Amino acid sequence: MPVLTMREALNQALREEMRRDESVFLMGEEVGAYEGAYKVSKGLLAEFGPKRVIDTPISELGFAGLGVGAAMVGLRPVIEFMTFNFSILATDQIINSAAKMLYMSGGQFKVPIVFRGPNGSAYQVSSQHSQALESWYAHFPGLKVVMPSTPADAKGLLKSAIRDDDPVIFMEQERLYGTKGEVPEDEDFIIPLGVADIKREGTDVTIVARSLMVPVALRAAEELEKQGISCEVIDPRTIRPLDIDAIVKSVQKTNRIVIAEESHPFCGVGAEISAEVVERAFDYLDAPPRRVSGADAPMPYAKNLESLAIPDVARIVAAVREVTYT
Amino acid sequence: MATKIVMPKLSPTMEEGQLARWLKKEGDSISAGETIAEVDTDKATMEVTANVSGILRKILVHEGESVPLGHAIAIVGEADEDISALLAEVEGKPNGGAQPAKQTESTVESPPTAARSETHVQETARSNGEQTGERIFVSPIAARMAAEAGINLRALKGSGPGGRIIKRDIEAAIQASRQAEPVLPVEAPLPTLERPTAREAATYEDVPITEMRRTIARRLASSLGPVPHFFLTTEIEMDRAMELRRSLNELDPELKISVNDIIVKVAAVALMQHPQVNASFQDKAIRYYKQADIGVAVALDDGLITPVVRAANLKSIGAISREIRELAERARARKLRPEEYTGATFSVSNLGMFGIDEFTAIINPPEAAILAVGAVTAKPVVRDGEIAIRQLMRVTMSCDHRLIDGATGARFLQTFKKILENPLMLLV
Amino acid sequence: MNNKKTSSSRQQADELSTVTTVDGAAEVATTEELRAEHERRKEDQQARIAETDRDLLLHLLYQMVLIRRFEEKAAEAYSLGKIGGFCHLYIGQEAVAVGAISTIRPDDYVIASYREHGHALAKGMSAEEVMAELFGKAGGCSAGKGGSMHLFDASVNFLGGHAIVGGQIPLATGIAFATKYRNEDRVTLCFFGEAAVNQGSFHESMNMAQLWKLPCVYICENNQYGMGTSLARAMSLQDIAKKACAYGMASEFVDGMDVLAVREATMRAVERARRESLPTLLEVRTYRYMGHSMSDPGNYRTRAEIEQYQQRDPIKLLSNNLREKGLLDDAIMNEIEQRVRDEVERAVRFAEESPWPAPEELYTDVYANPLRK
Repeated sequence: MPVLTMREALNQALREEMRRDESVFLMGEEVGAYEGAYKVSKGLLAEFGPKRVIDTPISELGFAGLGVGAAMVGLRPVIEFMTFNFSILATDQIINSAAKMLYMSGGQFKVPIVFRGPNGSAYQVSSQHSQALESWYAHFPGLKVVMPSTPADAKGLLKSAIRDDDPVIFMEQERLYGTKGEVPEDEDFIIPLGVADIKREGTDVTIVARSLMVPVALRAAEELEKQGISCEVIDPRTIRPLDIDAIVKSVQKTNRIVIAEESHPFCGVGAEISAEVVERAFDYLDAPPRRVSGADAPMPYAKNLESLAIPDVARIVAAVREVTYT
Repeated sequence: MATKIVMPKLSPTMEEGQLARWLKKEGDSISAGETIAEVDTDKATMEVTANVSGILRKILVHEGESVPLGHAIAIVGEADEDISALLAEVEGKPNGGAQPAKQTESTVESPPTAARSETHVQETARSNGEQTGERIFVSPIAARMAAEAGINLRALKGSGPGGRIIKRDIEAAIQASRQAEPVLPVEAPLPTLERPTAREAATYEDVPITEMRRTIARRLASSLGPVPHFFLTTEIEMDRAMELRRSLNELDPELKISVNDIIVKVAAVALMQHPQVNASFQDKAIRYYKQADIGVAVALDDGLITPVVRAANLKSIGAISREIRELAERARARKLRPEEYTGATFSVSNLGMFGIDEFTAIINPPEAAILAVGAVTAKPVVRDGEIAIRQLMRVTMSCDHRLIDGATGARFLQTFKKILENPLMLLV
Repeated sequence: MNNKKTSSSRQQADELSTVTTVDGAAEVATTEELRAEHERRKEDQQARIAETDRDLLLHLLYQMVLIRRFEEKAAEAYSLGKIGGFCHLYIGQEAVAVGAISTIRPDDYVIASYREHGHALAKGMSAEEVMAELFGKAGGCSAGKGGSMHLFDASVNFLGGHAIVGGQIPLATGIAFATKYRNEDRVTLCFFGEAAVNQGSFHESMNMAQLWKLPCVYICENNQYGMGTSLARAMSLQDIAKKACAYGMASEFVDGMDVLAVREATMRAVERARRESLPTLLEVRTYRYMGHSMSDPGNYRTRAEIEQYQQRDPIKLLSNNLREKGLLDDAIMNEIEQRVRDEVERAVRFAEESPWPAPEELYTDVYANPLRK
């Protein structure tokens, strides 16, 4: 199996789906001539032309809504946000239009659209460019939220997202674009939405991690193995629909859970998972669920402060030792 | 602020306690959770732990003195604090600290043992808490495992933060109890026997009381007292049982099986065939227990205690023997925990070693019956028209007439006698 | 572009409109001024009538009367508690939806704001299903889940009422984008109120539509009040049609009380969209008689102001002119009213009899590909 970066895997997914389905188009800032701010759309303009790879004005609300309208009448737009920080300008169209259209039209107008781009922290880009917004979007029925952590997952999930008939928020991570991994070449390789993946099996504690936190959690698990603690690392991959059954099943085995996330803790996805686990697996818990979240403060610029704000191996290790009473 | 330390309630039936020993003296610094004294209750010697930290300013009850529950036994405060007001209050009201009646009632109602059913985990944890008025911190999985394994949480020390009892504490307790359990040298394990459940208290099923039964209960109780007794006596040939005992002890001298051990086993097996006897009369239902927890009366120098062999129907004679010996030893040392001497479903009292031929025993409520066992003696009997010498033993069962009728009790005794006379039946 | 026509209607409307001071207090034109204006407008429409097919004229009249009576009935049902939530009435503005939508084909798209009962009916949606939707019944066009503000009907290409001011403008732009993407010659009409013009969504859409030459007609129904705030208090440049200049887009100012004037201007815009794939912004000056919604006491304007506009009522204007031209008499008018009454009664009956949505409908159509668990 070829080894690709996540950037290349995403590019491959877009290319394959655009070849497969004429109604798929890519739209966003700098996706065409510039080939993507993070080069995810490299070569696509050359292959598909300006009709299907469309550079937009800096007009997030406008082109997000344009995508929703196009999807209502049968196209399958892939709308790239240069980063999800800018999607905040487009939330009216994502939440008020895309998420609710099928429902408030009594099932008549589906919105098969993908909003994608990097989410979460980057490298010293400060407060307005380092936000993990998954809990915002995951809050709304009607939206699906996907967060891959490996190149293969990125490809399989993006292909599923494009083929899905619902609006999908597809959140990548700038720090993961260069991550390498084996990626199936098969054009029919897809990963269904809503299915978690056990990235590492273990018996003493369940670590639920998504996106950037998956490799961090795996490093923490290695470290903990040396200390005699066996960690199971679960990547839900899709935040909504959340594969809570997989998480609960794991907790029933390990009796302890740590949730690692880049986002702020308050009202976050970690809080949701924690609540679900307490509701569904209370009798199996040996310790309170423990979250390891991003700082409850805007992202600072200074390098030292920035690394304090993002969960790292040491913090996950400490949390695991806390819940395993070691 | 200075505080009183009062005589705590240390067993379900305790009404007063005798201060056996002070582990601290006046002026000592004590911290919350620390053991400060030992108290003899009606059943055992228990530890008294401090619920506050400070200096032990004044000992109010001295070693050997008895006081009712809730009576102040000491005052704890700051080193230089004025405790005269508190002292005056305490001395002015010798019974001032008596426990409110409510608490006594709640104790009577609360289940006597750690857990009767695995489906009542939280209830159990709560009633344990009520018994000592102290909350147990325990993780959910640990609470559930403890209930399933019949482990008393109060007997454990939690290794989690703030003393929280966590999964590994329960695992350790289960491990310890497994190691304590003997290997069965003689009797093949019953196929359905699962080792951990043998430690579990009996589960039960409540069947509503019929009108007739209610009337019988009311009338008998009002005419003959709170628990209307009647008595059934039978004579049992013990030759084969004695032979079995001799053979077993020959096979392994370490076993030291007594006649009483065999009787306990046989009673348990017979109870399983006669659930009406393995029952108790509750307020609105008759409670049928699903295993036989046999109370074995042990004479103490200054009293009597009945430690309980849980699930005796599931245990081998060897295991029962070892368990009774161990319980009896600790009973004499007054080291039994409350749950080890409460909550039997049936009791056996044996005065054979005192040469008593026959006697009646008083039922230990809420059990439905107690078996009074006399001495085994060789006697001439007529067998097939001939005089023969047989080892005979007379037993008398006291029955709670509210739920056991004469024939019910008689049928149980019939079974008991049949098995004891043909102990090979234990193997089928 | 027909500049002459545009400027003349612009002038008329300017003369006629209330003069609004900066603090929002309206001054009402004098009776003489009104009478003179009324005569000019009458003549203007009569000229158009001469060029229009009689059946079409009667159809336009029928549609306007239908919308009027439908909404009067809706107001009554609202006061009886049969309709809940918000109910934004269109009464007074009927000429805009009817005139504009009369110019397009069934396969063309229409999308509108939350004040969209009229547009829905004009696009051919059944009065039964619209009324049932207002009643929140299972037989409603949106299965009772959308309500007054979210009427949808895929079968007639009516893409909804949208309840965030200006929210439908980018959607319309996307619909037009899709038709162009597929090389179809379909046109999209997008209706919105003048208050939406202050939203970013309007300006972002204008820019992209002209930049990418999208076949969309943006129809701003300037009823002069954004809820209770008059245009003068909310917009620095009140010539909405002029805003198209900022994007190099064609635009026209239209008298929204004259159904034929709306029709003419929209026809030009639709042709531009269909033949040249170019967008147009129409500013249609109109007036709503009722409050912003049923719960609006309307104390931000005078009774006199409303009455002034009612004299220029689009239904009255057309029917009087048709009578003067000998194209309409009492018998025909009675017949129209009777047909309308029947249709509205049928609609109410249908709505009354339609069942409530089943409880399980709460969770249907949240997702097209539902959660796998």
